[in-house]
Parts: sequence; C-alpha cells; structure tokens
Amino acid sequence: MSNSGWETVIGLEVHVQLATKTKIFSGASTTYGAEPNTQACAIDLAMPGTLPVLNKQAVHYAVMFGLAIDAEIGKESAFERKNYFYPDLPKGYQTTQLEKPIVGRGNVEIQMADGRTKNVRIHHAHLEEDAGKSLHEGDFRHGVSGIDLNRAGTPLIEIVSEPDMSNAEEAIAFAKKLHSIVTSIGICDGEMSQGSMRFDVNVSVRRTGTTELGTRTETKNLNSYKFMEEAIAKEVERQIDLIEDGGTVLQETRLYNGDTKVARSMRSKEEANDYRYFPCPDLLPVIVSDETIEELRRNLPELPDARQARFIEQYGLSAYDAAMIGSDAAMAAYFETATKESGNAKLAANWTMGELAARLNSEDLSINKSPVNAEQLGGLVARIADNSISGKMAKEVFEGMWAGEGSADEIIEARGLKQVSDSGALEQMVADVLAANQAMVDDYINTDEAKRKKKLGGFMGKIMQASKGQANPQQVNQILVQKLNELV
Amino acid sequence: MNIERQEIEKLATLARIAIDESTITEVAERLGSVLELVDQLQAADTSSLDGVSSGMQATQRLREDEVTEINQREALQATAPDTEEGLFLVPKVIE
Amino acid sequence: MHNLTIAELIKGLQSKEFTSVELTQHFLARIAALNSGYNAVITITADQALKAAAAADQRLAAGNAPALCGVPMLHKDIFCTNGVRTSCGSKMLDNFIPPYNATVVDNFEQAGAVVLGKTNMDEFAMGSSNETSFYGPVKNPWATDCVPGGSSGGSAAAVAARLAPGATATDTGGSIRQPAALCGITGLKPTYGRVSRWGMIAFASSLDQGGPMARTAEDCAIMLSCMASYDDKDSTCVDREVPDYSATLGKPIKGLRIGVPTEYFSEGLNPGTEQAVRAALAEFEAQGAELVEISLPNTGLSVPAYYVIAPAEASANLSRFDGVRYGYRCEDPKDLTDLYSRTRAEGFGEEVQRRILIGTYCLSAGYYDAYYGKAQQVRELIKQDFVTAFEKVDVIMGPTCPSPAFKFGSKGDDPVAMYLEDIYTIATNLAGLPGMSVPCGMVDDKPVGLQIIGNYFDEARMLNVAHQYQQATEWHSLAPEGITAPDGITATERAS
Repeated sequence: MSNSGWETVIGLEVHVQLATKTKIFSGASTTYGAEPNTQACAIDLAMPGTLPVLNKQAVHYAVMFGLAIDAEIGKESAFERKNYFYPDLPKGYQTTQLEKPIVGRGNVEIQMADGRTKNVRIHHAHLEEDAGKSLHEGDFRHGVSGIDLNRAGTPLIEIVSEPDMSNAEEAIAFAKKLHSIVTSIGICDGEMSQGSMRFDVNVSVRRTGTTELGTRTETKNLNSYKFMEEAIAKEVERQIDLIEDGGTVLQETRLYNGDTKVARSMRSKEEANDYRYFPCPDLLPVIVSDETIEELRRNLPELPDARQARFIEQYGLSAYDAAMIGSDAAMAAYFETATKESGNAKLAANWTMGELAARLNSEDLSINKSPVNAEQLGGLVARIADNSISGKMAKEVFEGMWAGEGSADEIIEARGLKQVSDSGALEQMVADVLAANQAMVDDYINTDEAKRKKKLGGFMGKIMQASKGQANPQQVNQILVQKLNELV
Repeated sequence: MNIERQEIEKLATLARIAIDESTITEVAERLGSVLELVDQLQAADTSSLDGVSSGMQATQRLREDEVTEINQREALQATAPDTEEGLFLVPKVIE
Repeated sequence: MHNLTIAELIKGLQSKEFTSVELTQHFLARIAALNSGYNAVITITADQALKAAAAADQRLAAGNAPALCGVPMLHKDIFCTNGVRTSCGSKMLDNFIPPYNATVVDNFEQAGAVVLGKTNMDEFAMGSSNETSFYGPVKNPWATDCVPGGSSGGSAAAVAARLAPGATATDTGGSIRQPAALCGITGLKPTYGRVSRWGMIAFASSLDQGGPMARTAEDCAIMLSCMASYDDKDSTCVDREVPDYSATLGKPIKGLRIGVPTEYFSEGLNPGTEQAVRAALAEFEAQGAELVEISLPNTGLSVPAYYVIAPAEASANLSRFDGVRYGYRCEDPKDLTDLYSRTRAEGFGEEVQRRILIGTYCLSAGYYDAYYGKAQQVRELIKQDFVTAFEKVDVIMGPTCPSPAFKFGSKGDDPVAMYLEDIYTIATNLAGLPGMSVPCGMVDDKPVGLQIIGNYFDEARMLNVAHQYQQATEWHSLAPEGITAPDGITATERAS
C-alpha cells in the first residue's frame, strides 16, 4: 500500500502517573504490585460519606511539568466530575479537570533521527485520578471479572497535544521527549511496563494539499513506543483504504492489542457517550501562589535539553551520545556516577550505551533495576582505562558483575584476569613464542614488507594464548613488531 | 412540559436505572412536571451577574503526601456483594 | 426524666441525681414502648448504649467528664456509625455496615454522649414528609395521621415524642427546619462548612449540612458546640474556631434588627401559620427588637434552582451505589449493564430515581447551560439578595414552612406539590447561610415553626435570639398528646 497523496495528522493524549507516595485524594499508598485491593482505602472505594482531600505533591508535580514545558500555569484551577459507569471507576465519575486545567498552553521541541527539530504545541495538561483495573482471568470463577482498585485514585496528569505530528516517527519522538521530561524532573518513574505512561493516539488523514482536518479516531491506552508505531501504521492504512473505497471514517474510540496486532472499535464504551461534566462540589478551587510557582521553578531539576548540552560541554560527548544518554534521566544519572567513579567519560558513555543498555534491553529491565550499578560499572571502566584489563576481559568481568559476583576488582582478582603489562615479562613471553615457532618467523621474514603486517595476527594469537589472555595486547604488539624487525 | 419516551430511555441508560415499560408514561409525566417547575429559571434575569464569579471564595487546602491509610481490605469488603481472592467480582467486563 | 432538657440532664448527671445508665435504660424503655407508634427509630443500639453509659458514669464519678457525658441521643441514619448499620433510609444500604464513623459521630463520642440508635429518614434525605423511607413513614407525634416532615423526620419525631432529648439531623433544602417546625421542636442548620460532612452520606454536596435537633435553643447550642468542628477530611469544612454557643445565650436582644421578608408572607401561606409567626415577631418587638421590612426578590426562583442543583449533584453522588463494592445487588445479573440497571432500579425508591433522572437530564449535553448553568447563576442572585439584606438587619425571620403538618398522601402524585413545601427554607441552603426553626404556636393542634435566618457563621446570635424568645414563651415546652410536658399541661390544653 502506498500513502502517497495522503497526509497524516496525529495528536496525543498522554497519561502520566505522578510519582507521589499516596493517592491524589486519599492517604493510601500508590506502591505498584500490591495484593489486590490492599491499597484501596474507603475513599478509593467510594464508600458512602467519604470525601476527597487533594494531595499537595500531585499539584506541585503538575506545576513542575508546566514549568518544564514553559506553559502558562493555572493559578486557579478546578476539578470537575466526568460521569460514566464502569466497574473500575468506584464513584461512577472520574474527578478530573476540564474548564480550568492546572497547566495551560506550552511547547515541546522534538528531534528526529536526521537531526531535524519540530515544535509540538501542548494544548493543556490537567490533573485527574486513575481508575482501577478489571482482571478478566485469575484465581476466581469463570465468566466474571475481578476488580482491583489499588490503582484507583493514583494521580495522573493528562497531557493533551495539538495535532502537530504528521507521522509515527514524530509521534514517538514526542512520546519519548515527554518521557524524558517527566523522568528528568522526577514527577514520574517512567516505568512504561507498569503503565506509568500511557498514550492515546488521535489519528486522521487528509489528501495532500488540503488543510481541513479529517475525522479522527482515538486509539486508547498504548503503553509502548512499538505498539504506538504499529497502531498508527495500521490506523493510517485503515483510514486511507476506507476513504479510497468510498467510505467515511467514523469518530470512534479504538483499541489496539499489541500482542495479537489486532485493532478494533471500542463501541461498547462509546454508546450514550455523554459525560455530564460539572464542577465537583467536594473540592474547592485550587490556588497556586506565585511564591510556590517561583520556588518550584528555582528547584526544578535539570531538563533533558540542558543536560545534553552540558554533557557535550562538560564531558566532551558527541551530540549523538549526549542525546542518547542525556534524554533519559536515570541513564544520565547512571552515566554521571560511572564517570565520576572511573574518571573516563567517553568509556563510561560507551559502556552505558553499549554493553549495559543491550543487556538491560534483552532482559527487559529498566536501568533502575540493573543488577550492575553505576559504581560497579565505573569500577570496571576504571580498570579498562588504566589498562588493567583488556576489552575482552572487561566483558567477562561485566558478566561476573551481572551475576552478582561483586565489584570489578573483586572479580578480576578472583578470576585472575589482571592484564600482564610488565614489559620484562611480556618481552620474555614474546621471545619464547618466536623461538618456538621458527617456521612462522621465517615466513614473516620472507614476506614482502608491505604484506608483513597481516602475518602479525598469527603471532598475537599464540602469545595471547600463552598468556591466557592476560597480556596487554597493545604492549605485546609493540614488542612483537620490534623483535621481528630486529630479525629481518 | 412534555418529555418524550425516547428521552426517558436515554436518561435511564445514562443513569443505569432500569425503567419498567409499564411505568414509563407515568415517569415521563412526573419528570415533565418537575421540569416545568425548573423551567421557571429561564425567565430569570441574570444579566447583573456578568463577570461575577459564582460559588464560594474559599480555596482548596492541600494534604501532605504521606501514607495515612493502612490495609483494611477485610473490613471494607465485609459487606461486599461478591468477592474472591480480594477482588470485587462483577459480570464479565467487555471492553 | 424524659421531659428534662439536655441542659437539665447534664446538671442531673453531674449532681448525681441519676446515672447515665438509669437515663439510658429509661430512654431505651421509652423507645421499646413507644417507637412502634411513630417508626422514628430504625436501629436500636441498646447494648452499646448501656456500655457507653456505664463508661460515662465512671467518668462522671471521676469528675473529668466531657460536655455531653452520659447524655443519651440519636443519630440520623445518614451519619456513618462504625459497626452499626447505616442505611440512609434506603434498601440500597439496608445491609451496609460502615467500618468508620462520621466526624459528627466521633465528636459526640468524644463528648461522652450515649447513642441509643439511628433515626428514620427520607431515602437519601430526599423528601419533605418521610414518606420515601424504605423503612416506612415516620408518624408525627402530634397527629399520627400526619407527616413529621422530612427528611430528618425520624430525628424530629423522636425528640418530640421524648424518645431522646436530642438528635442529629441534616438539612439540604430544609430537612432540619421543616420537620422541626412540623414536630414542634427546635432545629438548627448551621452555615455551610461549620459541621464536617465526612461520613455523612452525600445527597447534594454543596447544600448538605448537619445540625442539631432538640427541644430548646439552649440544647441546640450545647449540641452544636460539640457537633461543629474543623475537619481536614472535608475540604469544604471551614477552619474557624467553634465558639461556646451556650456562653452567649443570655445576652439581651434589645436593638436587634429583624428583617421580615415580604416574599415570606405571600400567597400560599396558611393564615394560622402567618398569625403565629406575626405573634412571635410581636414578642421580639416587645423585647426591644426592631422589625425591618425587607425584600428577597429571588425567593420564588429558589425552588426551581434547587431542583436543578440538588438533583444534578445527587445524580453523580449516587452513582457509587452500583452493586459492586457494598450495598444491594440484584439477583443473577446477566451482564454488567443488567447488574447496574436492575440494582439501581430495585435498590432505589421512586423519588430517588426521579431525582437522579432529573439531575441526569439537567447535566446532559445540550441542556447543561440552560439548566445547571442558569441555576448556578440564580443561586448567586439569591445569595446576593441575602448579602444585601444583611447590610441592614441582624437576622431574618419568617415562617419555616407554609402550613402545619399535612396528612399522609395528601400531596398527591405530583412531586412538585411536595417540593413547594420547602419554599421558605431552600434559599438559605443555596446561599450557604444558617437557619433555624423554633416552635411559635399551634394551628389545628399542630405546631408552627418560626424560621430564624442568620448571617454567615452567626449561629451564636441566632441561638441567643431563639433562647431569649423561649425564655419568654412556652411553645417549645409543649408536648404532644399522651406525652406530658414538664409543667403537666398537654398541647391541646395549652392551645385552647
């Protein structure tokens, strides 16, 4: 299928769980993964007579987000009730913001792989409460759903973008940038697999050259960049096919199942879609003072763009490396610790982005859960930097650290991996190998000078073998060339 | 004030209240009577309020982000209609 | 003992004339003997009451007793009571036992009060006659073929019938004042935000307010001093010191400016009621108060505005009753929609369903501005009417309701006839002002209430004014037929 002749228009609504200790309206814990309904108090269960009281930290986190995207801060915001029935929504309404959100218009700059940048406008961001979860299978009888309300009342900000993105790459760059911002300022743990950030994607298509927006659909609750990319591709294709076949796109909510790769309309929730918003009478207008805003602004942690610039400046990283590491708050912190520990930023960067990232990725772990902590990696990098171990040995040490065998030095010691750099010992080793392999030496001497370099590998292999891999390769190479040239 | 049967059905769906077919006319009649009463509002001259903010002047107070609630699942589920393994059970949810 | 006021009971307990256990047994015996005639109490907590009474006696003996130590009372069944069924008058919550107390309940517990049980009420506080209760109507002790008013009809009837010296109640559109008037007792709805709403099952959150019911203003003052508190669990509760309302009851009212709104003496007011209220006003004049004619021009719009705002809020507040986590659930739901729709159709009574549907209608797309938006504007107009009035007067007085208690079923099938019963009380809820009802006469052997509306947080003055009136009059000490008043005069005798 070809999309030529068509333009795609994408807007995102992003739900970000705020990293507060407690719910937005109750003092129940928000810790992830607790036994069902053990973190759902009377307020979260909407027991009769219970009332909400707003969490200060949630308000401050929302304001911090506003400051991070240079948005207007709603100095007076208000909560409203959005009415609908669903078993994971205990009150029968969601307490959210509509008319007066806490964060107004703002801007987020995104950067594409080719270096191109683009501004995505933020329409607003508002505070609201998360719903619980409906479980469709588990240790309960068949044909029913089980409702766990631990998540109910977890504070969210919903960030609503303007439809400023025109392909999946931009949408994902935007999503990643938001992830980078909210984790950098510490208002969200960024754990996508736990639903800490969820994306609703609004997609419409129009013929190239036209300006009127087409009818959009909303694909809800995507929780990975990959699923987002797939869902957008599928939806764009579906809409184009539909219109080209003479049909029309219906404004609807859709679901995309990342496991089965199937997208479908979510009609059941759509019928009689009239949310009857009205101001929540249990909550008063939320006032954020200028003093509070200024204090939060002063204490706002470093933003990803500033951090990337600093990494280039302070550590001499390339723009690419700075972007890779600097966009992820946890990775950036990890890198800085490893650099401090090792004294070598470039090597620390390579190891953080290379071996570590690959390993975390393959085991689906976040950097916060890495079995090898930043101090440990720094210790390893230090030994590479001072030539104590070779790159090959370093990988072995890394494996050891990953398996929990201790620090780099402990593992090097325990496994006897320390590189031999003593030149006297190395000269003896090279001499022994040359003496034992006269045929190779003759071959080397008889080879044209220009082609002799290729013959070095054979000697190197034998020497390294003899040293059980512990010889410093650069030094060995130097001694070897010197000794062979003496023979020629 | 007349209120259409269709409208009653829509309200009943939104409010999740089953209305028996046989009483729908009566329900409509009585709702109509109340709506007639509240329709008197339409005649009210509220032009003097332009720019006046309504509601109370008080502002929302904020709670410190500290855990104050302990697990009380057993007590809270004591009168629940149907639970298993700590979950509230409902007929299958179809999204 | 049952004819003693709370103030007298406190004295008697402290001077060891009787013990709290004796008092509690006495009132429990009265409830056991008489309640079936009134249906005022729907849950009796005898064991707990006697235990609390015994504990109170120990504290009284030790000499460190708090304000209401050992005084028996009743809670309206809208206040959550830990471990005791809290039904809100509804089948929906017939089996609901909250594991927590309302703040009001905690406050009385801390003050040492002894809770005898829970009182009947209109379902979810929606009604003015107590006919909508799942537990059957409450009968007015003055005329058992008449309504006690609502929604706090159970509390009012219990106090009138001397089943308890005082009871808690709530008022969303007149639910304390109207039944107080119809049952010939004293009731006070405080300023919105004065009493915590935590644990008080919500009807219309921006209007609901808890308050005391007792036979005298003095007793209401004692109760309110305990009931009112700052509560950080209720965001709308106001952080403001609670005065000792008893301390200022004795102030002379000479020079008091009483606003008399023209609109409260218009068409529809029973002539006997008007006469009684005018006589009360004359009594205040005699005590040196000044009557000032005022106008509350938007009074007529208060009922329409209320019947948009209250049902709108209720439609959302009552969505939580869905058969999932607590309360009633229909038999064998075939799917989720069936679970919701049948649970709510079977669990809620007709009036509650009607108000949910009205609220849903007023908030739905296309109607919001015309109804909810407009009603909020009218609410502001009504508030401004009062603000203007209170620039010239200290309190406002008029009838609490248009006529004395009416017969069961007499309002017919049209809900609006019932709604108009609250024409004089609703405006104060919309404005958030305090209001009270004080007995001021008898019409057809049935009590008439004088309404006193005060400025924001001016409860102390209202109680003072009411107390001064009660010092000079006897209406508050009348007892219904069969229940002898302290001076031995029955109501009928006194009326003649």
